[in-house]
Amino acid sequence: MKAILSAVSGVISGDTGADRVVPPSGPAVWLTVITSAAMAFLAVLALAMSLATVRLADRWTASLSGRATIHISAAPEVLPAQTQLVLDILAVTPGVSAARAIDPAETKALLAPWFEPDFLIDGLPIPQLIDIEEAAEGFDTEGLSLRLAAEVPGAALDDHQRWRKPLVRAAKRIGVFADLSLVLIAGAMAAMITLAAQAALATNAKVIGVLHLIGARDAFITRAFVRRYTLRTTVGAAFGTFVGMIAIATMPGAAEEGGFLTGLGFSGWQWIWPLAIPVIAAIIAFWATRMATLRTLRRVQ
Amino acid sequence: MIAFENVAYDYGSGALLTDMSLNLSAGSFHFLTGPSGAGKSTFLKLCYGELLPTSGKVTFLDRDVHQMDRDTVAQMRQSIGVVHQDCQFLDHLTLAENVALPLAVAGRSADTADLQELLGWVGLSKQAMALPPSLSGGERQRGALARAVIMSPKILLADEPTGNLDREMSLRLLTLLVELNRMGTTIMIATHDLALIRAAKAQVAARVLRITDRQLQLAGSEL
Repeated sequence: MKAILSAVSGVISGDTGADRVVPPSGPAVWLTVITSAAMAFLAVLALAMSLATVRLADRWTASLSGRATIHISAAPEVLPAQTQLVLDILAVTPGVSAARAIDPAETKALLAPWFEPDFLIDGLPIPQLIDIEEAAEGFDTEGLSLRLAAEVPGAALDDHQRWRKPLVRAAKRIGVFADLSLVLIAGAMAAMITLAAQAALATNAKVIGVLHLIGARDAFITRAFVRRYTLRTTVGAAFGTFVGMIAIATMPGAAEEGGFLTGLGFSGWQWIWPLAIPVIAAIIAFWATRMATLRTLRRVQ
Repeated sequence: MIAFENVAYDYGSGALLTDMSLNLSAGSFHFLTGPSGAGKSTFLKLCYGELLPTSGKVTFLDRDVHQMDRDTVAQMRQSIGVVHQDCQFLDHLTLAENVALPLAVAGRSADTADLQELLGWVGLSKQAMALPPSLSGGERQRGALARAVIMSPKILLADEPTGNLDREMSLRLLTLLVELNRMGTTIMIATHDLALIRAAKAQVAARVLRITDRQLQLAGSEL
């Protein structure tokens, strides 16, 4: 633990002696910076997708939070009796917490925007609507439909919201894939940094040999490589994150009618989340380089 | 300082060194001779722990090298100056930075005046800011010697340190090594240069060891 704290401190504060021993350039320099930038960019997109799917699933779940409608089409003289019969049935249906007959004036107000201003809605045969509030456990939709068909022929249960359930499942699944993508990106970044560090160690075998000869401890050599690769990765990841955040910011704003695509972004405090990506990239780079360097050094007497 | 007890070393294709016993006492001056391929470089590598004996025991200041952890080996090497035959440097650092590298590794800062004096001591003042690839073989050997002594080591191990030097510079470096020895540094030099050995014996009580038939022997008076 002490060695790790010392290594972390070395990366942050720097060590003039250790910093100078690794040649400043090499084939892996730009590979590390560019790849970590690309990974960070993808991570921002995956994070945005993950958060968007969570929001979408929450919104759809909220809209599914147990509302259904029954509409009754019948002759005006029997309509009140049928409405009361449906309300009586709903009162004893398990899973229904409340039911309310919507006032015809309210129904007409809902329809008004769909017609010309001077259109006479009163002339339409408007059905009676009954708003149902489901209990948490929900009700047996099929059973209620059958009972309504048998006892109130003009009544039909409209459970139109239920088509959204598979979509919510799909949204949650996409969220899982987005989270998995983040994990894969982190893994790919670790693998890339490990390969780059190993390539650098192989290229600098002579440097390591000289350092061993003059009594350099493994911690000294490790610090030089770890700092170099952690800084490169952090710079690349910071750039990739910045570009990714700009890309997300230029997406159209989330709108109710736009659905999923326009909601692909961050809102409010969620803009802080991507800022963690360069930090996580730095931690990954620190560990990957440290492990690769120590593993390589242990093979050298 | 360094003791060998029945040491053998085998690269895997048969024993190169067998049954070697030796005690390098503090302040001693030794030459190591023997035909090419006899195992002189291997012997020196056993001295500073780059190689571990396949049997027997090597001790440094009474500590078994086999039992040392990596940090202790590194610490041991900070008190041993080594001049390799191939004189490797960090090519992106100047000669002065290379010479001062052991200090950086030990977490110490180099005194510029001392560094200049040391470079002058090996005749490389003008090359202080040169990069190693631009140095001649002789300059590299002198640079390696300067790097080996900058930490004031207890022991100096040198593998053919005058191999690329002319007679004048060889004798000059020998004088410097003799001075170091008089200041208490234990010195072991592997060399084929019999004239260098004779010149050294005229100045110090140098012992000459020879590796023949995979064994270490004290050389006779013909040297």
